[in-house]
Amino acid sequence: MQATHDHAAGHDHGHAHPTGIMRWITTTNHKDIGTMYLWFSFVMFLVGGVLALLLRTELFQPGMQVVEPEVFNQLTTMHGVIMVFGAIMPAFVGFANWMLPLQIGAPDMAFARMNNWSFWLLPPAAALLVISFFVPGGAAAGGWTLYPPLSIQMGPGMDLAIFALHILGASSIMGSINIVTTILNMRAPGMTLMKMPLFAWTWLITAYLLIAVMPVLAGAITMVLTDRHFDTHFFNAAGGGDPVLFQHIFWFFGHPEVYIMILPAFGIVSEIIPAFARKQLFGYTSMVYATASIAILSFIVWAHHMFTVGMPATAQLFFMFATMLIAVPTGVKVFNWVATMWRGSMTFETPMLFACGFIFVFTMGGFTGLILAITPIDIQLHDTYFVVAHFHYVLVAGSLFALFAGTYYWLPKWTGHMYDETLGKLHFWLSVIFFNVTFFVQHFLGLAGMPRRVPDYALQFADFNMISTIGAFGFGLTQLLFLYVVVKCIRGGAKAADCPWEGARGLEWTVPSPAPYHTFETPPVVR
Amino acid sequence: MSAPNSPPPTEATAGVAEDNRVTLRKLLVVTAVMFGFGFALVPFYEKICEVTGINRIVKRDDHRPANTQVDASRSVTVEFDANLRSNLPWTFRPLESSVKVHPGELATVIYEVTNTSDRPVTGQAIPSYGPMLAGQFFRKVECFCFDKQQMAPGERRQMPIAFVVDPGLPTEVNTITLSFTFFEVEGRASAEPATPARGGRS
Ligand SMILES: [Cu+2]
Repeated sequence: MQATHDHAAGHDHGHAHPTGIMRWITTTNHKDIGTMYLWFSFVMFLVGGVLALLLRTELFQPGMQVVEPEVFNQLTTMHGVIMVFGAIMPAFVGFANWMLPLQIGAPDMAFARMNNWSFWLLPPAAALLVISFFVPGGAAAGGWTLYPPLSIQMGPGMDLAIFALHILGASSIMGSINIVTTILNMRAPGMTLMKMPLFAWTWLITAYLLIAVMPVLAGAITMVLTDRHFDTHFFNAAGGGDPVLFQHIFWFFGHPEVYIMILPAFGIVSEIIPAFARKQLFGYTSMVYATASIAILSFIVWAHHMFTVGMPATAQLFFMFATMLIAVPTGVKVFNWVATMWRGSMTFETPMLFACGFIFVFTMGGFTGLILAITPIDIQLHDTYFVVAHFHYVLVAGSLFALFAGTYYWLPKWTGHMYDETLGKLHFWLSVIFFNVTFFVQHFLGLAGMPRRVPDYALQFADFNMISTIGAFGFGLTQLLFLYVVVKCIRGGAKAADCPWEGARGLEWTVPSPAPYHTFETPPVVR
Repeated sequence: MSAPNSPPPTEATAGVAEDNRVTLRKLLVVTAVMFGFGFALVPFYEKICEVTGINRIVKRDDHRPANTQVDASRSVTVEFDANLRSNLPWTFRPLESSVKVHPGELATVIYEVTNTSDRPVTGQAIPSYGPMLAGQFFRKVECFCFDKQQMAPGERRQMPIAFVVDPGLPTEVNTITLSFTFFEVEGRASAEPATPARGGRS
């Protein structure tokens, strides 16, 4: 977002900034770093999207047409890894970098240099993932969950993926430490914890989750690595290890991970809905407690991903009921959003459209999640397209739509220009329609028994797969429209006021648009 | 937070920086502990499996005289099933498809195997139980599945399995299906004793 800097770089302060590429490599400014995070995640989103379109092309018709089965497996695996670790997570960190200091009245993140490192670890990790397609044996192909025995047996592509995950994990941990420290120690005077915007709250809790579970993932993949090369037998059954152990450790990380990807989305939506309903958020306190309960519960439900491994019935019952319990705080949130809209004077600019779309479609994903939590049904639906549909409803229509909503909401603050409202709305409608075309039919495919991660399928599944592929291409192309809208907004457009949204509240709207390079060097006072 | 509003608050900034370092240290400790926690799950998991017996599905049971008390008050139907894998060029079937036994009673059933090919083939039988729960109450005293079976070209062999159904079998189970699948043992193992096939992943 070049415009921001042209405006601010030269004359605000006496000292000289490095220019050109060095400026971006050496920057410790939270806005620069946030911008880089956002662009990085968008590029990775396109890369992961191209992989997904290759998958959908193969699945357009039954039979093998485009890629070999081995390549198909690499595509499913890398699509998952890249979207989760390369696109969604860095995008939320980008939002955190840009908005948290502005929202809590801090001059910058707590550890500005570490912030720079956190970002610059990402491109090498992404490079490792891309390079892994070209090593002998190709990229990792055992699914994004890296289950042994496959992950122990595969070629060097798996090593590259493991290194990449180590690096991405280190980056996330550093980013999270930064966020926790910033929020705890650097709030403006008067900004008590319970006055913080919900986006800050959800990110505080998310950052704690990250610090708690990313090291566990690091441990799990380290064990895979030593099983591969140093003759340990953590997961190698031939040596007395147990592959199911990996699943337990992985999902101990994996379930909190899904909340890591959705809690900041809840935060963004909780900012946007009050702004466009022109009302205070209904039930602020309950929102905070609901977020915290979701985070705590997320540590005791992991085995719902592995009901089919042969658990005792008692364990299945425990994990089933614990999982269903999470629906309660999540329900509180959805209720509060709807109650915020109740009798509000709502307008539907693009951020609000995406936020409403989020509530609607994310809730559908939540319901299919409840269905999958029921052990006997899960055993039936395990590893079918029903599961694929479920987690795309919460990750695409959940996390991604919230990211779009947040982008449109804060774009005027970042660039100083209003985006093209018509094109933004078009982006929303095309996204939500094509999303449902792509994924709604996958529920039926899963119920009829189509397994995931398989390049070919029985003829009975042909029609729905064709529909799904058409939807996927529509959805993919729609995102180029998003890119166009953002670039157009950076280049120019109507001048944005300091607070371009009538109902928006918060410290970020008290600084000029675009936000100057340095803000809140003198802390604002919050009443 | 006690940052005064006017001139660049150096003292306050230093205070915040110190607070930040303290927070950083605490969070790094949490990170390290959680990294260790991942590894601590390994022995923890093993202990749980040991205590609950989850990983002991099939156990060779040659030590105990078991409960020799025959529970004549009920009887259990044991059905026999035979399968072949890996294009094993054999025929394989039980001579009786099912027997009725009282829990605690010793029974013997014969399986017949024929090597229909013109080469020696070594196979290993793997049992499985339906319902899975029955496995732990099914005591095999003698079984051809304890060892690899090497069959000369064209050889026909009758092999016994002697078993006792443990009287502890839950009463709601009145039928047990015992299914054997023969897998071909390939490579070094079938080429003759030499070194046992183990170690290293392949
Ligand atoms: Cu889960």
